[in-house]
Formats: sequence, structure tokens, C-alpha cells
Amino acid sequence: MKAVLPVSVVIAAIVVLWYGAAVWMNAAWVRDQAARAGETPAFAQIVPQTLNQERPVLPTPHQVVSELWKGVAGQAVTSKRSLVYHGWITLSATLLGFVIGTGAGILLAIGIVHNRAMDLSVMPWAIASQTIPILAIAPMIIVVLNSVGVTGIVPKAIISAYLSFFPVVVGMVKGLRAPDAMQLDLLRTYGASQRQTFAKLRMPASVPYLFASLKVGVAAALVGAIVGELPTGAVAGLGARLLSGSYYGQTVQIWAALFAAALLAASLVALIGLAERLTLRRMGMGR
Amino acid sequence: MKDTARPAEPAIKARSLGLTFQTADGPVHALRDVTLTIGRGDFVSFIGPSGCGKTTFLRSVAALEHPTEGSLTVNGMAPDAARLARAFGYVFQAAGLYPWRTIAGNIRLPLEIMGFPRAEQDERVARVLGLVELGGFGTKFPWQLSGGMQQRASIARALAFDADILLMDEPFGALDEIVRDRLNEELLNLWSRTGKTICFVTHSIPEAVYLSTRIVVMSPRPGRITDVIDSPLPRERPLDIRDTPEFLAISQRVREGLRAGHSYDV
Ligand SMILES: Nc1ncnc2c1ncn2[C@@H]1O[C@H](COP(=O)(O)OP(=O)(O)OP(=O)(O)O)[C@@H](O)[C@H]1O
Ligand SMILES: [Mg+2]
Repeated sequence: MKAVLPVSVVIAAIVVLWYGAAVWMNAAWVRDQAARAGETPAFAQIVPQTLNQERPVLPTPHQVVSELWKGVAGQAVTSKRSLVYHGWITLSATLLGFVIGTGAGILLAIGIVHNRAMDLSVMPWAIASQTIPILAIAPMIIVVLNSVGVTGIVPKAIISAYLSFFPVVVGMVKGLRAPDAMQLDLLRTYGASQRQTFAKLRMPASVPYLFASLKVGVAAALVGAIVGELPTGAVAGLGARLLSGSYYGQTVQIWAALFAAALLAASLVALIGLAERLTLRRMGMGR
Repeated sequence: MKDTARPAEPAIKARSLGLTFQTADGPVHALRDVTLTIGRGDFVSFIGPSGCGKTTFLRSVAALEHPTEGSLTVNGMAPDAARLARAFGYVFQAAGLYPWRTIAGNIRLPLEIMGFPRAEQDERVARVLGLVELGGFGTKFPWQLSGGMQQRASIARALAFDADILLMDEPFGALDEIVRDRLNEELLNLWSRTGKTICFVTHSIPEAVYLSTRIVVMSPRPGRITDVIDSPLPRERPLDIRDTPEFLAISQRVREGLRAGHSYDV
């Protein structure tokens, strides 16, 4: 409860700054229009005209909120203008990619921890894979898959998986290696097999690390899905909204789609946070 | 089965045992020419300055290290075989309980790994919890217990599968004096009730003298035994035995043994 005041102050400050920036950036257009009509408007006349432009350089907060609201509540969810519709398209690719990426990440981490050759060979490739700009590789993935007849959700999901497996690998390797020498020695005195050591010690010890990775991974998966919608000029999805917004100079639409993506990411991360709290509490580690 | 087969075998028998670690800075002689026989039911303390090989000796008995010279048998078997025969339980300095398991769950861990049937697991967990006086705490998680209680739980875990040798490496080193006194008393009690063989590493002279039937004094570089003292104290030991002349005399001898090891060192 104590956080309410500081949080509202910060939000209020951001909104005020945003309005200030919007007035400042959108004023040029107002002055241009006035100059063409041979007028020089006073500052007080400019301000009202900067707040509700149709194609502002920077939309004001209330424009973005009302566009979001129109997009979410103002349409049938099946409509091409509904943000729920586009959001779902992106979300489904995100979730599929996230599941694939997480599964691959966990399997790779298990291999890396148990096999020295994999430790030496896989990790450098995993790191190298993430240094390639996704914007460069996404169109290739889409085009190559399209040419072999794979279209729709799968190519986007693969880009999501490509981005989300990495934090999972890194986190899980760290988590599976978290048990110290003493704990491993203890199991050796019981004559535990490698499989038992994994099931009874390494896996449970890695759970907190897994959740930390999942939060990063799911946000990365969403970015992947959106990026995957850009190169084909996709007709649906939040990425498509961003793209068509920028074709037609619809800045309000771009910002609404950006906020929709941010809200989506925040909800996904929050959901994983909830699962984390419940799991750790069940495991006796939530305090 | 392991008891009846070779009743006359000593619990631990080391002959000219040596262990050299090859490190980047050259070989480290952690143990050299260690000859020692530990009988069944003995309570043996190992005392000596840091680095004299106490931990290395215990780890060799537990087959966690492999000696480079000499011979070592545990219940008449090689250490690796003794481990498979569940001859020993190991208690480390830190309790090392799994935070995601309850106290009962932690004690159950070795039983699960060794494949005891479920009903027997429950029965054994209840029994050893009683043995370390943690009766009502089975359903608690480790963080809900004090450090001393956690260490008792880790002793219960080592007792659960009926190993007849307990290897304890500074088990009470991280605890304060008062708790330590309590646990020492309880450990003696437990030892006299169960008849286990206990190997106990410590840095404290009073602790070693109070607990042991034999005290092994060691010195470093290379790690070796400088004195073995058979305690004349009776098995029944109230805490105030520590003020008797016999107790002080043994303490004095241990101190001298430690000092001798040190002067050799410089
Ligand atoms: N894995 C290892 N590799 C190399 N050297 C080691 C290793 N383990 C122990 N040593 C060395 O062997 C010697 C004996 O170590 P050990 O841990 O047995 O001593 P200790 O008597 O238990 O000491 P402390 O009282 O500090 O616990 C030390 O010099 C130590 O540095
Ligand atoms: Mg030690």
C-alpha cells in the first residue's frame, strides 16, 4: 500500500512529460499550416491544436488510450480492426514458440550439464546464435519456410523459439549446476545414480532459475512473433498493425499497437510470476 | 547381514595410508603413512591444525577420495564396496538440507535412493526423528528450524539407513557453544543407545576429550598421526566431567601432541 503514492507520482510525471513532448513535437505542423494561411498563431492557440491531430508526430496519451479502447472494446473480436483479433494472432505464435523454445532450452541445458563434449560445443553456438540480429535472420527463416510450404503460425513461432530458448539454456545450466560439491558428495555416499542425482537434486534446485529465465524468455518470444510478422507484410497480428500504421503514417495506430504489445508482455510475465509464487510456495521455498 | 558376516573385523583399518593430490603447484601430501585401527563401537575424534588431512581421511573412508598408497578397509571391505553395503553415513559441517523438502522428506532422501519400500521409509523416518529428539518437526521445512535443529536433522538423515559407522566432519563447528554442549551430550547419548562406530572431526580439545574413547592427534605437511590417546574416562559422561583431573590431564596431553606437531612444522 505504501507504494501507491510514489508509483502514482512517477506515472503522473511520465504523463505530464509526454503531453509536454507531444505539444512540442506536434507544434511544427500547426505552425506550418498557419504559415500557409499567412498567420502567426500565439502559443496558447497552438497548444489545443497539438492534442488531437489525426497524424501527430507524437500522439498524446489520451489519443493512444482511446485508440486502444476502440481497438479492444469497440469492435467485434473477429473484426480486422480489433486489437483483440490481432493480439490473439501474435499471442498464439508467441505461446507456441515459447513452448518450443523452452523445451529445447531445457533439453540443451540437461545435455550441457551432463556431457562435457556438449558443454564445450553447444554453448558457443548458442551464444553466437544470439549475436546475429534477429531482423536480419527473420526474413530468411520466413522466406525459406514459405518456399517449402510452411506458412502461417509456424514460421513466426520458430522465430519466437529462436529468441526464447537462449535465456532458458543459460538459466537452466546455472540452475542445474547450482548444487554445491557437498550436496553432490552427500548423494555419492548414498550411491545415487546420475539419474537419481538429476531427479532429486539438480532438477528441484533449478526451479527458481527456470522461472527467472521463463520471464525473460516469454518477453523475447513476443518480440520474435512481432518481428516475424514484419517481413512478409503480414495482414494480421500486432506486427502487421505496426507495419500498416507506418505505411499510412497512422502514428496513433502504431502507438496503440505498441502499447497492446507491451500490455501483453506484461501480462505474460505477470502470469509466470504467479506460477512461480505458487510453485515455490508448494515446494516450501516461498517465504 | 553385514554385521554377522564378519563380526571380528574392525570397523576401519588403515595401513600405511598415503594420499597425494597433484595440484598446479606440485604434489600436496594430504596424508602420509597413516596406520590406524578403529574397533566396532569406538568413538574416535580426529584433532589437528587446519590442513592436516582430517577431512581427507574421512573422505577416503567414504570412498569420496582414493588413497594413493597403503590399504584401507571399512568393515573388512574396500571403501567402494562398503558404500554399496551402506556401511557408513556422512555428516558434513553444514546441514545441507534440501530447502524444498520437509524435515521428514530430507531424512527420507537416502531411503528413496536406496529403494526402501514406502511403509518402511515412514517407519524409519519416525524412528530416527525420535532418536534426535525432533519428534514433532517432520512436517516443518528446514528454514523453520534453528541451526542446531537442522544439524540434528542431518544426523537423523545419516542414521536413517542403519549404517553402523557415522563419519562426522566438524558437524557442530558452525554452532554456538551452548547449542554445541547440548548436541555433544545428545550425541553421546545416541552413541550409547545405538552402539555405532563414530569418527568425529573437531578443532575443539574439550569436545574431543568429552566425546571420545580414542583421540587421534594429527599434524600437517605431510598430514600424519602424531599421537593416539585411549581415554580412561567412563562411557557414562555427565557434562561436569569436564572439571575432573582425569579430563584435564587428557586435555593437556592432546595440547602437547598438537604443539609437538606444530614445532615439527617450523
Ligand atoms: N581436492 C584437493 N585437491 C588438492 N589439494 C587438496 C584437496 N583437498 C585437500 N587438499 C589439501 O590436502 C591437505 C589436507 O586437507 P584436508 O581438507 O584434509 O585438511 P583438514 O585437516 O580437514 O583441514 P581443516 O581443519 O581446515 O578442515 C590440505 O593441504 C589441502 O590443501
Ligand atoms: Mg576439514
